[in-house]
Amino acid sequence: MSDKKNWPLWEIFVRSKNGLEHRHFGSLHAADAEMALENARDVYTRRNEGVSIWVVESKNITASNPEHNGEMFEPAQDKVYRHPTFYDLPDEVKHM
Amino acid sequence: MSEEQIKNLEVQFEARIARDEKIEPKDWMPEKYRKTHIRQMSQHAHSEIVGMLPEGNWITRAPSLRRKVALLAKVQDEAGHGLYLYSACETLGISRDELYDQLHSGKAKYSSIFNYPTVTWADMGAVGWLVDGAAIINQVPLCNTSYGPYARAMVRVCKEESFHQRQGYEIMMKLANGAPEQKELAQDALNRWWWPSLMMLGPTDAESIHTEQSMKWKLKRKSNDDLRQQFIDQTVPQAELIGLTIPDPDLKWNEERQSYDFGEINWDEFWQVVKGHGPMNKERMKARVGAWEEGEWVRDAAMAHAEKKQARKQKQAI
Repeated sequence: MSDKKNWPLWEIFVRSKNGLEHRHFGSLHAADAEMALENARDVYTRRNEGVSIWVVESKNITASNPEHNGEMFEPAQDKVYRHPTFYDLPDEVKHM
Repeated sequence: MSEEQIKNLEVQFEARIARDEKIEPKDWMPEKYRKTHIRQMSQHAHSEIVGMLPEGNWITRAPSLRRKVALLAKVQDEAGHGLYLYSACETLGISRDELYDQLHSGKAKYSSIFNYPTVTWADMGAVGWLVDGAAIINQVPLCNTSYGPYARAMVRVCKEESFHQRQGYEIMMKLANGAPEQKELAQDALNRWWWPSLMMLGPTDAESIHTEQSMKWKLKRKSNDDLRQQFIDQTVPQAELIGLTIPDPDLKWNEERQSYDFGEINWDEFWQVVKGHGPMNKERMKARVGAWEEGEWVRDAAMAHAEKKQARKQKQAI
């Protein structure tokens, strides 16, 4: 079999313990999802770092472009009224 | 993009790094930054992969089950470290295949320390204690380097590396406290690994071509000579503690500097090994390329199996 077919790249997400979200740990190559899970177990959880693993083939992830960060994220900057500190309350109201 | 625009972006880029901001894969970066990082990260990954070979040599001959499980775990960690670093490197737009090609064709370098042979069991002790010790000194500052994926990989690597050094020192300690023949083995291993370990921290500052730019990008935080001094100062008392002698007649505590003075390093030997004339260069590449080529049918079979399974699933769905 000479025509080379490389194992695709997978992104690995690990939940370190119940109650926490899955977090991106890194990536690895594997022939299919099942092998990606097995490899992820060996590469990223050799010391009990996880209780659950997700694998996603990297090509299926759509990422935002940092060059468009302006139009993407700046609109939130002038919306201070979304934060509690925007509202004036008398000091007597201690917790709200 | 015009030259002026690029210049502008470069200025902004350098300012971000100076502010300790991290650079992430999709961010704009100067071509030189990308290339330098690919070079350093891949060299680092290759070193982890080739670094498994001198130790793999002793797995089947480890003197006890305790030593064997530890050595197996250490070698497996090194495979893992290689994989973290390769995937971090791939975020810069180079494929795993290209990276392997560069290693196998000799275009990319790996740490020259792995071109020395591991001839006795005591070498497993010396490698863990000295080689991993020097590696840690090199690597800890990289946990704060400017390129996000590299820094994150290094945090994991450093966390795992400390067991490597401790298990090596424990081996040396046990031998040094054993029968005279065992102590001799330990001393002999120290004699052979001491100088190569010092060289591992890189050429002297005057000779090092990459230092200045690398400092700016936080790929380096201390110069090679500073790192070497740190390594010597921390290792000499460890040798004394287990009754071994550092093979350097010029080694002497300098009260004024609060550091050890040490003898001349044989840089000719270093450059010979870097250029491929070390005792094990050919052997290491042969083993590595052999493993890769002999594994090809397994990789192909796994891919064929995955495709077949996928096709079966699609057929069932119709």
